[in-house]
Amino acid sequence: MAIARRKFDAVIVGAGGAGMRAALQLSEAGLKVAVLSKVFPTRSHTVAAQGGIAAALGNVTEDNWHWHMYDTVKGSDYLGDQDAIEFMCRQASEVVYELEHFGMPFDRLENGKIYQRPFGGQSQNFGGAQATRSCAAADRTGHAMLHTLYQRNVRANTQFFIEWMGLDLIRDEEGEVSGITALDIETGEVMALQAKATLFATGGGARIFSASTNAFINTGDGLAMAARAGIPLEDMEFWQFHPTGVYGVGVLISEAVRGEGGYLLNKNGERFMERYAPHAKDLASRDVVSRALTTEIKEGRGCGRDGDHLLLKLDHLGADIIKMRLPGIREIAMKFANADPILEPIPVAPTAHYMMGGIPTNYYGQVVAPYKTGPEEVVQGFYAVGECACVSVHGGNRLGTNSLLDIVVFGRAAGNQIIKDLKKNPHHKQLSADATDKALTRLARLDGQNNGESVAQVGDALRKTMQAHCGVFRFADMLKQGVGKMSEIAERAKHTGIKDKSRVFNTARVEALELDNLVEVAVATMVSAEARTESRGAHARDDFPQRDDDKWLKHTLYFSEDQRLDYKPVRLKPLTVESFPPKPRTY
Amino acid sequence: MKDLERARWRCRRGLLELDIVLQRFMDEHYAHLDKTELRQFEMLLDFPDNDLWEMIVLRKDTEDRNLQSVLHLLQTI
Repeated sequence: MAIARRKFDAVIVGAGGAGMRAALQLSEAGLKVAVLSKVFPTRSHTVAAQGGIAAALGNVTEDNWHWHMYDTVKGSDYLGDQDAIEFMCRQASEVVYELEHFGMPFDRLENGKIYQRPFGGQSQNFGGAQATRSCAAADRTGHAMLHTLYQRNVRANTQFFIEWMGLDLIRDEEGEVSGITALDIETGEVMALQAKATLFATGGGARIFSASTNAFINTGDGLAMAARAGIPLEDMEFWQFHPTGVYGVGVLISEAVRGEGGYLLNKNGERFMERYAPHAKDLASRDVVSRALTTEIKEGRGCGRDGDHLLLKLDHLGADIIKMRLPGIREIAMKFANADPILEPIPVAPTAHYMMGGIPTNYYGQVVAPYKTGPEEVVQGFYAVGECACVSVHGGNRLGTNSLLDIVVFGRAAGNQIIKDLKKNPHHKQLSADATDKALTRLARLDGQNNGESVAQVGDALRKTMQAHCGVFRFADMLKQGVGKMSEIAERAKHTGIKDKSRVFNTARVEALELDNLVEVAVATMVSAEARTESRGAHARDDFPQRDDDKWLKHTLYFSEDQRLDYKPVRLKPLTVESFPPKPRTY
Repeated sequence: MKDLERARWRCRRGLLELDIVLQRFMDEHYAHLDKTELRQFEMLLDFPDNDLWEMIVLRKDTEDRNLQSVLHLLQTI
């Protein structure tokens, strides 16, 4: 089947902070840039980032990029690549000032400098006193960043393809990438977008879990496209969870509730945190509380028909305190749990928040894979930045305010690298006749499938399996069963059917294609988690409670084709400073 | 053509809270909206995510009286 083709210097998939920062660098250099987005750019998930962006400006208390680097390495539980972490922390001040010049409305001090606030995990002097490193625009930092970058891109003539979905990467026999096949959701048209550089900035994929704080668009599309094209996914077992999400929907209930005196109950009405943390009880750290919730559920003390959640009790605080100090929490509980916390407890379960793993890249944003001779060969023509990429600056766990920094530092770096690479390779590669076959075959399968299982049903099974078998606290038997269950679900996903076979605005088709992507991300996560027999960062196993640097100070690489795993060393050598050797991580 | 699907897709947002509220609205109310209300809903969908959420949870007022009837449905869902 002949499909339309268009040529660009660069094609970027995803219009969140990472994609738009890269696009801006390229458009301002005079390149012809297309940015594809499933939704309007300013409705990307970056908008949900409230905490701020980390940079050692030292505007409030003394600070240093090297201290920031130490915190990030330690936070990563030593799985972060120290060259990339040094690169990011060194550039932080510069990229923040650049955003300021772009017109981003940061909060200010009386002296006119950018206001900074303290945030968890930030220290002075390599683990000393609390640092004050987060730059914010009220509680709307992500929103302000997106709007600023979008305006600049419009001015720089970046061409946006809004309500377009990437289907598959175009990768030739030599392994080089020369564009993508994409779907215009509005018309149903499929097009080959040919590019000298293809950059993925498609964000995270926490919709693989039934409880997630991620927006519905976060289906891991970029990861799945890369995986289907033979590129491995790195460190997919590492997902950051928050202990208290509203049961069933995943919306975040902040720690403030427990700070004010709220506490957790199991189905017997027992205040179970007393058993897990006799001293701190419900105020223990996120990891401890999350694991306790999972253990209660696993041991049959969960609440409700499926015994799969717990209760967060606040009513003893009294109506006045709840209305005065926790109004936002009450709104969320009433809207999403149908429970007024003044009268009844809120049903909660751990909720997935951020994906540390992703498409393996170096700190120039170039995708690297062991496909020719070395373990980190550059995949020509292919770049990835932001949550979909694994640079890896977050390693086993991400620090708050480092993700907004990640997207602008590496968005800009990838833009600069593409400009350089295009000077060396100024021509488009010829597309082979079968370049778009992979995507078209998937579409044809959906069009031809009659009486298939519903997409919603398979998606539901996938999310429940991931939540139960590969959640915040992991058990050997559950992981082993989980691998088998996910294989069955992956098979079912190959036979889904949709009733609507039309072209225009066929959202059923889009959701079926998104399910294909969720399957890739979920299987990669389950297989990688089952294999890693240690606890590190956000990957916590019941049977291997300790970090094991002798065996596991290495990155996982998962290959979709045969569900094979490979490993590569952590880059412990920074660019200019001494390495931070692994130490026990205590806070 | 396909107004329902188009509207459903535009309910895909950057904030999960909005995704959920708007999906419920689509399931419960969209089919019963008259022409004026449909236009109101479109106008509301054009607001930035944070503004729309604050209007829904009554943290922020809108001066636009024309949006009130659909906004009220969103607030009470």
